[in-house]
Amino acid sequence: MSKVKVFAKDLNLYYKDFHALKNANLDIQANKITALIGPSGCGKSTFLRTLNRMNDLIEGVRVEGAVCLDGQDIYDPKIDVVNLRKRVGMVFQKPNPFPMSVYDNVAYGPRIHGIKKKQQLDEIVELSLHSAALLDEVKDRLYKSALGLSGGQQQRLCIARLLAVEPEVVLMDEPSSALDPISTLKIEELIQVLKQEYTIVIVTHNMQQAARVSDLTAFFLMGELVEYGVTTDIFTNPNDKRTEDYITGRFG
Amino acid sequence: MNNRLKDRLATGMFWFGAVAVLLILFFLLAYIFLHGFKSISWHFLTSPPETIRAGGGIGPQIFNSFYLLFLTMAITTPVGIMAGIYLAEYARRNNITEAIRLSIETLTSLPSIVIGLFGLLIFVNKTGWGYSLMAGALAISVINLPFMVRISEEAIRDVSDEMREASLALGASHWQTIWRIVLPSALPGLITGGIIAAGRVFGEAAALLYTAGMSSPALNFQNLDITSSTSPLSPFRPAETLAVHIWKVNSEGLIPDVRQVADGASAFLVLTVLVFNITARWAGRYIHRRLTSSQ
Amino acid sequence: MRKYTDRLSKWLSFACAGLVVILTVSILYFISSKGLATFFVNDVSIKEFLFGVRWSPEPSSEQVKPLVGSLPLTSGSIIISFLAACISAPLSILVAVFITEIAPGWGRKIIQPTIELLAGIPSVVYGYIGLSVLVPFIRNSIGGLGFSVLAGFLVLSVMILPTIISVSTESLRALPEQWKHASYALGATRWQTIRMVLIPAARPGLITGIVLGLARAFGEALAVQMVIGNVRKVPDSILDQTITLTSAITMDMGYTVMGSLWNNALWSMALMLLLISFFSILTIRLISKRGAIR
Repeated sequence: MSKVKVFAKDLNLYYKDFHALKNANLDIQANKITALIGPSGCGKSTFLRTLNRMNDLIEGVRVEGAVCLDGQDIYDPKIDVVNLRKRVGMVFQKPNPFPMSVYDNVAYGPRIHGIKKKQQLDEIVELSLHSAALLDEVKDRLYKSALGLSGGQQQRLCIARLLAVEPEVVLMDEPSSALDPISTLKIEELIQVLKQEYTIVIVTHNMQQAARVSDLTAFFLMGELVEYGVTTDIFTNPNDKRTEDYITGRFG
Repeated sequence: MNNRLKDRLATGMFWFGAVAVLLILFFLLAYIFLHGFKSISWHFLTSPPETIRAGGGIGPQIFNSFYLLFLTMAITTPVGIMAGIYLAEYARRNNITEAIRLSIETLTSLPSIVIGLFGLLIFVNKTGWGYSLMAGALAISVINLPFMVRISEEAIRDVSDEMREASLALGASHWQTIWRIVLPSALPGLITGGIIAAGRVFGEAAALLYTAGMSSPALNFQNLDITSSTSPLSPFRPAETLAVHIWKVNSEGLIPDVRQVADGASAFLVLTVLVFNITARWAGRYIHRRLTSSQ
Repeated sequence: MRKYTDRLSKWLSFACAGLVVILTVSILYFISSKGLATFFVNDVSIKEFLFGVRWSPEPSSEQVKPLVGSLPLTSGSIIISFLAACISAPLSILVAVFITEIAPGWGRKIIQPTIELLAGIPSVVYGYIGLSVLVPFIRNSIGGLGFSVLAGFLVLSVMILPTIISVSTESLRALPEQWKHASYALGATRWQTIRMVLIPAARPGLITGIVLGLARAFGEALAVQMVIGNVRKVPDSILDQTITLTSAITMDMGYTVMGSLWNNALWSMALMLLLISFFSILTIRLISKRGAIR
């Protein structure tokens, strides 16, 4: 049995008057891939963003309940949000490389966390690009702008950039929704490899993808966590009627 | 923790910058108004200036400034809006449009003294009008035109395409659509922008030194004959404006009460610009509300 | 009939837009034709005009040739506008970041109207306040006559604040939110995000703002003329008096005879101002084009 890395307890989130997450309780296990599925607007991305407090950046958001990382509540006022985000990293829906060179993109994280030595940075950049399965494609253009890469490459660069800060948990918000099928496949393979070292939570609206890559699946509907369990169980033998309807394509 | 401290320090630095700029404005306004209102009186605002004695006013200068503003806006508003319409509605991406844009940018950045010299050459000398209100108004129009074009283009572009399509789909021609749908919708933006441009015109001085001139003939406010040079309404007489007057009394004035005159004139000038600015905001919002009939 | 109106109004609007081009070209033409007379009519060499260190254009009674070296004036202009930008640019960028990143609500409600008001204050008023507050202050507390390079660039640095702030604010606002989010998600602080992501990404816009501010400072006439003392020499210290291209034109254009060497030299200086502002526009276009491709 693996240990619980992050858990949410009685988590509620309001956006102004809108109750976007209702009493979510979820244990996320270490070194597993957890998929969050559900129709759009169901709260799955919102839930994901509570895990590294990215919702703090949006005005009018209020959170109640607790999210604990290694047993420590991350909504505790004493917690250092910056440090939290270093431990819980995020890959976004649209690839968002900075307007800098490939190298500087990956070196950004280590640099802000205090690594200055060129040699050490070189090593981190190479290793991260390698882990993100991008090194071979970009090694000739490390010092050219990252905006010149293809969409799939950009997304893998964003993953490399994230790995360079050595997070413990990796959050992915529909990481392949903006990509073509081949790039999607590469990202999915990559996710499988990464799970050896990281705890991964992925939001996807693509049920095949959830079934293919994840170990555990949580189904959200209208801000509510309907069902959570081992992926094969959820897809073959759901407990809840609503989950079954969604998976069999009756709505959503 | 080091990063946190740096973040705090940086935040403090940004606050410092913002507060510094606020203090600068506060100091400027306080200085202008505290000094200015001591010298402003009804007599000061209505009587003509003295040349060597104390106690003169700024009446004709105020009148000249407003008259010049009126002439300038009468010239630039129609031309500016039409050019704005062209750029927003008709212009394609080609060399001609590119030339128009480059010209607008160039005109915007030209020092106003240079435009004043151009005015001296063309509107004062070539036309034979000499230093005159009209020459001044034309010179300032050159300065104001690029602003008006830009304001109009932006306001017209802000009108949503759905409205245009709705009108075109009802069988209206392109021009009818512009005239009846687009321009009225762009009105709040046009008025706000226009009034702010008016404020800039009102304070302009460098371009007027050698076009409208640095002196005013004795005006007879009973004389309404536009062609007579003593009539305030004549556009072909030299006319010193308020802004030019402030400069002139300071750099070559002989009157003993230079400070009082300049204080009062500055306060009146800034107050007018302030009123223009506030009116612009208010008018834009008011018209927008009238058009959308929302509360 | 309707078709006819349609076409007519299109052409009318085109004519109005074309007028802007005609004006620009004719300004260029007429100022050049007057400004080049110094070289073609009075036979002053371009080198002598640009780099001559003595500006004494008065026709003197002795048989000495009047000298129209404009270097003292040009250097005065350059020194003053450069120093003004040195003060104004960092302050402006601080304020622009404050408006967009630190306190957007406060920024929009209080700082932005402040900037608009600063932009609305006429330049003679800036000059007058410089003359009646700054000049005596410098004379009494720092030294010298008060009329000085220092007074000149301080006045200018306030005058160009609105220009740099508004252009910088716009370019910072135009940056996609996702860069900021990506940086925060990597555990960067706000300051790190501003310094390492936002400011480098907005650099073309920030430089544009600074160049526009410099151009404005370089072309400002009256406010500068009122506080720098207008002594014809290259200043030795910031407390020295100096003279600029614009202030010389302002003072002398009315008192020189059209067609004389002195007068022609003033037109040449106007041409120089015109070319400089034209080149600054071209520079800005180049910067923003580069920035767009990246």
